[in-house]
Amino acid sequence: MKTDILIAGVGGQGTLLASVLLGDIAITEGKEVKLSEVHGMAQRGGSVVTHVRISDGPIASPVIDNGQADILLSFEMLEALRSLPFLKKDGMIFVNEQKIMPMPVITGARSYPEDIRERLEQGTKNIKYIDAASLAREAGNMRTINTVMLGALSGSMDTPVDTWLKAIEKCVKPAFVDVNKKAFMLGRNI
Amino acid sequence: MKKIMLGNEAFAQGAYEAGVGFISSYPGTPSTEISEYAAGFDEIDVQWAPNEKVALESAVGASVAGMRSMSCMKHVGLNVAADPLFTSSYIGVNAGLVVIVADDPGCYSSQNEQDSRYYAMAAGIPMLEPSDSTEARDFVIRAFELSEKYDTPVIIRSNTRLGHSRGLVEAGTRKEVPLFEYKKEMAKRVMMPAMAVNAHKVLEKRINTIKEDSSSFDINRIEYADRKIGIITSGVAYQYVKEAVPDASVLKLGMVYPLPEKLIREFASSVEKLYIVEELEPIIENAVKAMGIGAVGKEILTIQGEYSTNLLKKAFGTGKVEFTGSGDIPQRPPIMCPGCPHRGVYYVLSKNRYTVTGDIGCYTLGALAPLSSVDTCLCMGASISMAGGMEKARGKEFARKLVAVIGDSTFLHSGMTGLLNLVYNGSTATVMILDNSTTGMTGHQDNPATGKDAKGNPAPAVDLETLVRAIGVKRVRTVDPFDLEGMEKAVKEETAKEELSVIISRHPCALIDRTRKNKYASSEKCRNCGMCMKLGCPAITRTEKGVVIDQSMCQGCGLCSKVCPFGAIGEVER
Repeated sequence: MKTDILIAGVGGQGTLLASVLLGDIAITEGKEVKLSEVHGMAQRGGSVVTHVRISDGPIASPVIDNGQADILLSFEMLEALRSLPFLKKDGMIFVNEQKIMPMPVITGARSYPEDIRERLEQGTKNIKYIDAASLAREAGNMRTINTVMLGALSGSMDTPVDTWLKAIEKCVKPAFVDVNKKAFMLGRNI
Repeated sequence: MKKIMLGNEAFAQGAYEAGVGFISSYPGTPSTEISEYAAGFDEIDVQWAPNEKVALESAVGASVAGMRSMSCMKHVGLNVAADPLFTSSYIGVNAGLVVIVADDPGCYSSQNEQDSRYYAMAAGIPMLEPSDSTEARDFVIRAFELSEKYDTPVIIRSNTRLGHSRGLVEAGTRKEVPLFEYKKEMAKRVMMPAMAVNAHKVLEKRINTIKEDSSSFDINRIEYADRKIGIITSGVAYQYVKEAVPDASVLKLGMVYPLPEKLIREFASSVEKLYIVEELEPIIENAVKAMGIGAVGKEILTIQGEYSTNLLKKAFGTGKVEFTGSGDIPQRPPIMCPGCPHRGVYYVLSKNRYTVTGDIGCYTLGALAPLSSVDTCLCMGASISMAGGMEKARGKEFARKLVAVIGDSTFLHSGMTGLLNLVYNGSTATVMILDNSTTGMTGHQDNPATGKDAKGNPAPAVDLETLVRAIGVKRVRTVDPFDLEGMEKAVKEETAKEELSVIISRHPCALIDRTRKNKYASSEKCRNCGMCMKLGCPAITRTEKGVVIDQSMCQGCGLCSKVCPFGAIGEVER
């Protein structure tokens, strides 16, 4: 059994923490895991993806290739579309409905695509749209969009909720554990 | 116990276990975290040096004095450290010396895609190349053994994918290595011509010995499967080979210089068709072909960018890939953060249409629209030297609109010598040091101007104004970049003056500045003129009814309210 999860977002949205959490859970469950991430220049508000590969057996490449991801977890609409090629046929998408304007749109050189939903649906019918920004606000911190999205994702996995919450305790800075747990549960219970 | 570790963390773990006592590095993506993780071990003295040359020289010194030492840098950092590197192979080591260099195929965070293996070949230094986090740890330990066994520095080649991937690592305990005895050995360590001539002979003999021995090193291993296809590969490319061509026989090279000729010949004669899969330059390929062995490499693969499983599947015809494309969508390039102190500087430079020689750091992003201010970006420190050259070519008139822009860490890295050159050779240009009190792009490392060392302990902070004056610059002034008026006045006055001047633009990076500020919002007074849009702030977007400032992104720098001609943007209580 092998699960490839591609996490897409905008630099600063916390894709890294999300992948580290998933990695921690995989280890708790005795699985093999490889993660790949982006540091440096791309982190400054650009498109970022992190790769999470979980398997019962050995994993070679740390990277998910086009047409390989079982799940696309995107923290932003346009980034979901940008990462759509990673998704395998009939794969699952969890996407935060939020739209963050990229600089070419802000400067007026390009416009933000209006038909993202339609275009995503050409790739798969299995899409969950989540208003993660509202749920993060409800949790009390706009920076918990990543944990809201993990909560949404968790509903489709067999991992017990306790394992998730323990992973949050372990991977999140102590001051932010409670708000992240709350955000996670809000995402999980939608 | 198995732990999930970033490749760079695993390198640090390896150093810890190998009993390394000293690491000197300069930050550079994708190598930075090696030294950062190592700094977490009390047993290792880790320092940020002002640049890679100083870092490597420090590590060579510690090795000569008997302590296992290491220096870590990115590929272009090794260019800076090339001078000590080339002669370090002549003098060899006392205690082990390992250099970790991280290449960046695909230019994720770099100005070029150079292949560091050429340095190993050119300097005559053995080079290892791990393929995952497990090997990252293992190979550091192995590198120190080899270094001491053969009396040579050893280079470990990493890359972006390896350094920034996480995998399971079996972490062990530290093996303390007592200081090696230090003896004065003039013939071995004083590289004057007579000694160097001899040392070169020693070096050649040593490399030949290692080459001979390397065919039996277990880090070079053959995995026989279907013998119709044999693939020689190394590093992360090995992982792609295993996925894309799982049935092939593989010779996985853990040492990429010198190459194990005997083993390569044995493998080549055991398979029907030989392929070489290596990212970037055809180095193994050329060497194999020079042995008179027929092989296919760059005929079907590229020297550009990063490889992937799909790329190899296509090259080897081993699988069809199906996916849905994204269509034509807007790019999302990296941008200066909301609240970034560099924004005010570039707003002024852009508004007044200066020619700007840029440098390496977050502030290179000033090249992108809408600020579009930067004319050049070459390498660390080049902003200042290039401005000098531009003035030589186009004269003093041209210098009245010429500004060199460089960050604090980059200035201390290699801008100081460029500035000295401007003083000495009579430049009249204007240099701006963007002092944001950190090394920003690589993730906020300290430097000699921040007052803290690599372990977070208090350290002397160099005073940039005093330093610049000591170099010989008479006109030096300091401005806060959020004081837009003051900044514009300073830049106009200093560029107008036919004399070299330095403006220090000082404000901490928005990501480390902890002062709570009120946010800003636009009001009904907004006439949608678009002046604030020229700042390129990601928190500001334009709608038909006027601009909107995203309150979750706004950092309260207030630049937008300063450029608004209608007073439509104001502070709101947070």
